[in-house]
Amino acid sequence: MSKPLLAYVTTIALLLIGIWCGVAIGSVHIPLEVLWNKAADETAANILWKVRMPRVLLAGLVGASLAIAGAAFQGLLKNPLADPYTLGVSSGASVGAVMTIFFSLSMPFIGLYTLPVFSMLGAVITMVIVMGFARLIDRTLKMETLILTGIIFSSFLGSLISLMIALSGEELRQVVGWLLGSVSMRGWPFVKMILPFVVIGSIMLWIQRRELNVLLYGEERAKHLGVNVKRSKYIILAGGSMLTGAAVAVSGTIGFVGLVVPHMTRMLWGSDHRHLLPLSFLNGATLLIICDLVARTIIMPRELPIGVITAFIGAPVFAYIFYQQRKRKGVRT
Amino acid sequence: MIIVNNLSGGYEDKPIVKDVSFTVAKGKILGILGPNGSGKSTLLKVMSSILPATAGEVYIDGQEISTYNARVLAQKMAVLPQLHVNAFSNTVREAVALGRYPHQTGFFSSWSEQDEQAVQYAMEQTGVQRYEHTPMEFLSGGEQQRVFVAQALAQTAQILLLDEPTNHLDIAHQRQILDMVRKEALECGLTVVMVLHDINLAALYCDELLLMEQGQVRAFGAPHEVIVATQIEEVYQARVATYAHPEMPKPQMTMMPDLNAPQRAVVMMNHFNITEQYVQLQTKFPLKTVSSAVHNAGIGWYNCFLNRSVPLDYAIADVKMEVTAFLQRARFPLTSTVVMLTAVPTSLAVIKEFEAPFGNIFVAVTAGIGNAVDVSRTYERQDEPYIGTINIWVIINGCLSEEAFFQAMMTATEAKTKALQSENIRDERTGTIATSTATDSLLIAATQKGPEMLYGGPITDVGKVIGKGVFEATVEAIQRYKTRE
Repeated sequence: MSKPLLAYVTTIALLLIGIWCGVAIGSVHIPLEVLWNKAADETAANILWKVRMPRVLLAGLVGASLAIAGAAFQGLLKNPLADPYTLGVSSGASVGAVMTIFFSLSMPFIGLYTLPVFSMLGAVITMVIVMGFARLIDRTLKMETLILTGIIFSSFLGSLISLMIALSGEELRQVVGWLLGSVSMRGWPFVKMILPFVVIGSIMLWIQRRELNVLLYGEERAKHLGVNVKRSKYIILAGGSMLTGAAVAVSGTIGFVGLVVPHMTRMLWGSDHRHLLPLSFLNGATLLIICDLVARTIIMPRELPIGVITAFIGAPVFAYIFYQQRKRKGVRT
Repeated sequence: MIIVNNLSGGYEDKPIVKDVSFTVAKGKILGILGPNGSGKSTLLKVMSSILPATAGEVYIDGQEISTYNARVLAQKMAVLPQLHVNAFSNTVREAVALGRYPHQTGFFSSWSEQDEQAVQYAMEQTGVQRYEHTPMEFLSGGEQQRVFVAQALAQTAQILLLDEPTNHLDIAHQRQILDMVRKEALECGLTVVMVLHDINLAALYCDELLLMEQGQVRAFGAPHEVIVATQIEEVYQARVATYAHPEMPKPQMTMMPDLNAPQRAVVMMNHFNITEQYVQLQTKFPLKTVSSAVHNAGIGWYNCFLNRSVPLDYAIADVKMEVTAFLQRARFPLTSTVVMLTAVPTSLAVIKEFEAPFGNIFVAVTAGIGNAVDVSRTYERQDEPYIGTINIWVIINGCLSEEAFFQAMMTATEAKTKALQSENIRDERTGTIATSTATDSLLIAATQKGPEMLYGGPITDVGKVIGKGVFEATVEAIQRYKTRE
């Protein structure tokens, strides 16, 4: 079996196992046959289709979005530590989302999609500001500069959110619950809300897969090879921000998925974006489904916010990548 | 073919390249030379529209390059900038395959047979095939550089712009890459513009050179028109000398370091030593030497000189090997020793010192005149050369120019001939006055200290003393030879 084929088979198998575990395990065990035979166990079928399945799918879509966005950001910025969370894009999306809830905004025509749209706007605006500011400091967009800028903006945006929470009255519970980062009790509407953006954003990134490969060698080299660098950059940033915004809109800020998943995928299957993007997408879905499963079962009957689990895994991986990168540089010079 | 017309450009606030024009015909290689900061790399960047041109234009296939779209331009022109490996790990093959980017269009365009061939060919030509599946970061700087050259080659463009393609490469790989570029140019009509730091490499491999100074063209033309010592010295602010390549009709140059160590270097009579086997001159410092010796002939710097006495039945056929073996046996350094051979016993050698206004000179002669010939009549003979020769060394405590060395050779030869005449040595076969023997050898060596003497003809200071010295010493050596029994 060729390496890419093996990669896809393994990855998809893992995802299916993840989905199965996600729907089957919990306070009520659901036998597999309920999937195709509703009559087998009516209660179980209800739990499966009304509660577990949307939750698992939502977790999967959020994970997939964050992971593919992370992979694309890392390629574009040639920076293995870039991800929606470390760049502050997630925080930007949060501000957009919290504002929507806080002001009870609802745009005409887009109705259900007001929340994700504002969330995405927040993501795009933050991305532009972070990149612009980092470039002001250092034109080459060094790894450290970009991360530090991301942290500065994250803290600033975090304080904005705190301010809105402090000022809010009855919306408070909704905002806080949303902020903790969770995919529970969201149901099918949220799946519908995020799905179109996940599809569009992922396609935007996927059509730039070859450009991303070339961009790894820098913008100048990409120009030499005939890449329309400006256009590619806009498409990638827009696609990545759209995915981040959509994910944040439905689940709050879930950190490190966009960092950990592409890194693992790269280690296993190489950094060719033609495969890295789809594989990260699938693995991101699997990881978040598993994390959610852990979050809701580990201290049953209570639930942990899913962000706790991802940060618990993500932060050490972040530290490890940072260490590796620095060490490699140290050896070279 | 690429035409550059009055091109200016650079970074926003300051134009670096000013009014540069040149044309490179299809299948030709242009080398861009110039000191650091003279705008070589910037010129390539403006030519490949990475940096904006403020004036002038660049034509490829008769069309201005700004009218091409990026992908089409990349199909026509490949550029190899100075590169660094990125933070993510690509295999060599993946990196080379990126060169096919401009040829892959559409969302689903698959990898074609043509793409595969171009990648394989590029890897073969640059010798990176055996690293095909190795991650880039495991390669040395030189290997990475070759992968990047392969990447540019895989683009299969007709025009190739290279920014220091030999960076980080050892000479074997420099040769490999440049030979390959040369071959592509000759056989496939590739047009090449490359920035090179190494002037000698540029002279060897480029059809034309462009010498840049402060963003402008200082010289443009064939290597021998551009690599002119005075011009290079002015542009680079460094003392250089030019010389011919031993095999190729191309100029080469070398730096002249400013090392002013006023070392005392005088040859004295006690540096000579006569043993049964040889006459030896051993100095503590190398002498610049021009000779027709058996070992280390030609021009060079040597500090050990041997005039070795060999038996009459010495096998002359594999003389080079025998001499090398002798030097190794007797522990003389091969690279700093000059050897002549004679059949005359060393006891008949004459070494004389002569005073001159610039410093003394020494003349050492062994004269075997058994095979004396009249050079004007040798065309009548058919025999092989034998050992039985007049070997002359002229050691000069002074500094001679290149011309002076060759004139000194002539002056010494003339003095020797005069000595043969004055001793009435005749060609046995013709009965006429002999001019030399069949295998005479001559060596001129100088300490190269003191003021330079430009000429060495018969009426120069050095010529006068060479004429007198060689004549007297040769006469004496002939007389000794005659009375040897």
